[in-house]
Amino acid sequence: MAADGDFEAPLRDLEKRIEELAAYPGDAAKEAEAARLRRELDQQRRAVFSKLTPWQKTKVARHPDRPYTLDYVEALFTEFTEVHGDRRFADDPALVCGFAFYKGRPVAVVGHQKGRDTKQKIYRNFGMPKPEGYRKALRVMQLAAKFGRPIVTFVDTPGAYPGLDAEERGQAEAIAVNLREMAPLPVPIIVNVTGEGGSGGALAIAVGDRVNMLEHSVYSVISPEGCASILWRDAGRAEQAADAMKITADHLKGFGIVDEIVPEPPGGANVDPEAQFRSLDRVLEAQLAELSAVPTASLADSRYEKFRRMGRLGQEFKDVPSA
Amino acid sequence: MAWFRREQTSLPRGQQESRVPEGLYVKCDSCKELIYRKDLAENLQVCPKCSFHFRISARERLDLLCDPGWEEFDRGLVSTDPLQFKDTKPYAGRLKDSKAKTDALDAVMTAAGAVSSLPVVVAAMEYGFIGGSMGVVVGEKVTRAVERALESRHPLIVVSCSGGARMMEGTLSLMQMAKISAALARLHEARIPFLSLMTDPTTGGVTASYAMLGDLNLAEPGALIGFAGPRVIEQTIRQKLPEGFQRSEFLLQHGMIDLVVDRRELKETVARCLRLLG
Repeated sequence: MAADGDFEAPLRDLEKRIEELAAYPGDAAKEAEAARLRRELDQQRRAVFSKLTPWQKTKVARHPDRPYTLDYVEALFTEFTEVHGDRRFADDPALVCGFAFYKGRPVAVVGHQKGRDTKQKIYRNFGMPKPEGYRKALRVMQLAAKFGRPIVTFVDTPGAYPGLDAEERGQAEAIAVNLREMAPLPVPIIVNVTGEGGSGGALAIAVGDRVNMLEHSVYSVISPEGCASILWRDAGRAEQAADAMKITADHLKGFGIVDEIVPEPPGGANVDPEAQFRSLDRVLEAQLAELSAVPTASLADSRYEKFRRMGRLGQEFKDVPSA
Repeated sequence: MAWFRREQTSLPRGQQESRVPEGLYVKCDSCKELIYRKDLAENLQVCPKCSFHFRISARERLDLLCDPGWEEFDRGLVSTDPLQFKDTKPYAGRLKDSKAKTDALDAVMTAAGAVSSLPVVVAAMEYGFIGGSMGVVVGEKVTRAVERALESRHPLIVVSCSGGARMMEGTLSLMQMAKISAALARLHEARIPFLSLMTDPTTGGVTASYAMLGDLNLAEPGALIGFAGPRVIEQTIRQKLPEGFQRSEFLLQHGMIDLVVDRRELKETVARCLRLLG
């Protein structure tokens, strides 16, 4: 992690000392010392992570040990059956789709997938989908609608892939069509921003009845680096850009963009994925029960109203008739 | 130093926001020919020599497309600067400068009017206003235009000219893509025609939402149209982009748009499309 944002250095220090002590099993004094350090680590983690800056959160959101879509699928769903391809051009490993059971109930799952090692990162294209990814996602969501299956999506992408081939095959059109087609789908859609919510590439699977964000995830119109290089003409100003764009869960909840903030364990989801799975599980279970009780007809209407209110008269804009 | 000082007179609204530079003669950006300014205006700001399409303002667009008597609506909607955004200068200042520089209060003008006597609802984007970027006001005005088309059952025409979503309104800008697209789903359902015209440039979140969702997608010749900007793509793939990449003709070839229309035939073409569909 770069020096400018190395807020985790003191934590890593403690971790290292605990690890060293673990090399002496059976030594009561060292075990006691390790226990003390673990308590201290936990306390410090809570302290550091309770006041992360937007830029620090961006780094946490991008942490390579953070759970990705397939990790959530494995932990929270059973009999996951991945399906492939957009029936037009190709399959896109950067966006995984399929059907699975959630607590015995069949649902559709759609989510960005990043890779951990270099080979996986390249295979998953760093979690940046191409048009075929978005078209596959739409195909699966329409199947979900056809068979009355709720949809759960996991959002974690730097953005839609900005490449020559993606442009040729209509990246913009693929995203646009998803936005239009997701809006009236007659099944519950629960969106979970688990890491980076990177612009249109994120939104293309994020038009839902509930939009949740993990506590330290971010959701933005452009990456802080991108914003900095355009407005400040200096990508090094990313920290300022992250701050200015209000990309964190608490801000977005204030604007009515996010419904629920999913708590993360101290130190972030990457430190204790199991705790993260449980935390998200509680939210998913409650929301799915809640949305299943809503008649299908009014589901799409209230989803429309939800997005219709993003940008409210008297708050984000006003009407000055004489102007 | 000035012996003769020119009186500060402001041009009447509707003339001052033209993108065509001042002076008696204008040099064409493309063929470098000198064009007599009046000739250029008579030719709808298209170079008579090489057909290069100069960028025009929202008001010029509405005048060009609609019969006389179109009426702007929702003119007074303005941003409250919800993020209190500041980069090298405050967003509030940028808004103020753009209001002074253009004839608009944000980056789109919406109007009810007629094209060759066919009633329509039109939204025309104003590039001079922070690069035609889409924030909450653009999102709201375009959504209201869609809703007006739904109520009146008149076809909708949206003329895009935009760098994409507006960074200074953050994720709220991003959400406008979903908001407008959701409204377009209803228009689609109601089977009311929607023509999208893309002009130079149409990129980012505008392309990735309403601009690409026309029942028919039209484009002016040579317009830059894409999702990612050419510079970003070059940085990603680390190679030069082919000639003509992301231009209207390229998109036509790749199946993303229906028609490339010369501005001098635009009104007639739009009217014909409306008669054929609506």
